[in-house]
Amino acid sequence: MSEPIIRMKDIEKHFGSVIALAGVSVDVFAGECHCLLGDNGAGKSTFIKTMSGVHKPTKGEIIFEGKPLDFADPRDAIAAGIATVHQHLAMIPLMSVSRNFFMGNEPIKKVAGLRFFDHDYANRVTMEEMKKMGINLRGPDQAVGTLSGGERQTVAIARAVHFGAKVLILDEPTSALGVRQTSNVLATVDKVRKAGIGVVFITHNVRHAMAVGDRFTVLNRGQTLGTATRGEITPEELQDMMAGGQELATLEGSLGGTV
Amino acid sequence: MSDATQTDERIKDISRLRKTLIRPELGGIVGTIAVFTFFLLFAFDSGMFNAQGVMNWTVVSAQFVIIAVGACLLMISGEFDLSVGSMIGFAGMMIAIFGVTLDWPMWSAILITFAICIAFGALNGYIVVRTGLPSFIVTLATLFILRGFTIFIPQTLERKTIIGGIREAAEGDWLAPVFGSKIFGGLFQWLGDMGVIGTFTRGNRTGEPVVDGIPMLIIWALLLVAFGHILLTRTRFGNWIFASGGDADAARNSGVPVNKVKILMFMFTAFCATVFATCQVMEFGSAGADRGLLKEFEAIIAVVIGGALLTGGYGSVIGAALGALIFGVVQQGLFFAGVESSLFRVFLGVILLFAVILNTYIRRIITGER
Ligand SMILES: Nc1ncnc2c1ncn2[C@@H]1O[C@H](COP(=O)(O)OP(=O)(O)OP(=O)(O)O)[C@@H](O)[C@H]1O
Ligand SMILES: [Mg+2]
Repeated sequence: MSEPIIRMKDIEKHFGSVIALAGVSVDVFAGECHCLLGDNGAGKSTFIKTMSGVHKPTKGEIIFEGKPLDFADPRDAIAAGIATVHQHLAMIPLMSVSRNFFMGNEPIKKVAGLRFFDHDYANRVTMEEMKKMGINLRGPDQAVGTLSGGERQTVAIARAVHFGAKVLILDEPTSALGVRQTSNVLATVDKVRKAGIGVVFITHNVRHAMAVGDRFTVLNRGQTLGTATRGEITPEELQDMMAGGQELATLEGSLGGTV
Repeated sequence: MSDATQTDERIKDISRLRKTLIRPELGGIVGTIAVFTFFLLFAFDSGMFNAQGVMNWTVVSAQFVIIAVGACLLMISGEFDLSVGSMIGFAGMMIAIFGVTLDWPMWSAILITFAICIAFGALNGYIVVRTGLPSFIVTLATLFILRGFTIFIPQTLERKTIIGGIREAAEGDWLAPVFGSKIFGGLFQWLGDMGVIGTFTRGNRTGEPVVDGIPMLIIWALLLVAFGHILLTRTRFGNWIFASGGDADAARNSGVPVNKVKILMFMFTAFCATVFATCQVMEFGSAGADRGLLKEFEAIIAVVIGGALLTGGYGSVIGAALGALIFGVVQQGLFFAGVESSLFRVFLGVILLFAVILNTYIRRIITGER
């Protein structure tokens, strides 16, 4: 196999006395969907935040396209080609959809040598991209605050995809979505992966993971429980691993395998 | 969970009228119309609407506009500056100290004052973004520190708290007229000769028009409004201002340099305060240690009347300018109408309340805030 786009080696992250990550290693290849699973508080969000430049790892190494990298802030990661849709959305409710869509990447048009925000372009692209995702906006100037939770999530994903990242990180993108948006998002993940982008997909839902994942890494209390390749593992085994192999087994009977 | 549909059957058609009306400035526009209607009806004969009267409330409004533009952009970026009033007193005093006491050329006194004041603005911003303390507290400290210096320095150097002689010191200077002169004098002389505006009929200014030009203060106000409005609505940086105030973490995660934006807005607010102060000392010819008292609140009130959200992320420079206009017209109008000046506060309180209620209602419609 070729070199991974990004290789995270023995990442540790401490928040004061809390050890959120105790040495996690994950790598992502171009064109694969790497699912990150784990229970609440396992450290999934913290881990991808070190990947997207939000947190500096306390220890560990990040190797991006073969070179060691040290992100000072999210701008560096974005510039390098790592786009992230955070769990608690990077959307601003008071601002319009098109202002949000282009936040940090505003299109520029020059008038008399001065640099202005190209609203026409921004509005047009926003409407097109939203339509592709199956969301009909009233207008590009509609405030994000007037969208439903799932619609906001979809805007965030469309934005990350639009800006042509090399690595796309999605932190629980489907947890707030309805049936139709979920299938839209999963289809988008599939499309993005086929275009050669490495996707990191965080979810609690084993079925969603199984639908698009190529590899699966399970985190538990800040540590990796292992990485499995598609076909090597059954959904039941994944489920058990996520729960740390406890409790769920005893519940299985009474819940009738519905979880 | 909503499901997107191909047709827009769930979206009611919004009438054009409603769409043009529902904007952040609506509260300011309605307030302006109300205030002018009121004074046209009740104070038309008071002299408020002749050339001198118009110039009078325009100048007062322009003063409010200058500080409101700075306060507006800063508030949209999510911060406050309570040190604006002290900064005005301090800046005026610095110009007097350098230009009169130390006898530097006036242009250098003005430039060094701008540099010092903008540096204080940057310091405010730096402390706020570094410590994460509310800007309310940090700039409250600056309010006291600057006011203290404004009294201490002239007392130590000159044994007084008012320094005069600025106009004489500025004689023949190239930079001072940018703040203190009047333009279009010829046009006003012509209007006077034509009888469009009144002329003096007695004294040594006989034949001269009662209004002899547009003060640079008004030009500064107009330029700052145009600059602020274009910056906010038409540039990349404007998007960053909204984003920084809307949700600093979300903005940061999207690559917006939030700290830089906030520090720059503190510096811009300081710049506006210094413009105000420079125009004021050039007009009065003196600097006083008590200048600018309570100006920070007047700026914030104008901005809020103009539709900005106190917690940031939403607002309009045009709205803030209308808020400042309402402020100036009401203050001077009541004076013209011969109303007891204490009633100014009652009037202002009522307007503030109505404007904020209307603004909140409009904002909920636009942003879907609940
Ligand atoms: N900024 C922070 N300061 C202190 N502790 C933190 C911080 N961020 C995360 N933690 C702690 O790190 C641990 C991992 O949190 P994280 O958000 O990464 O979990 P997660 O796997 O994403 O969970 P979920 O599935 O609920 O989103 C938690 O115990 C949390 O309390
Ligand atoms: Mg999480």
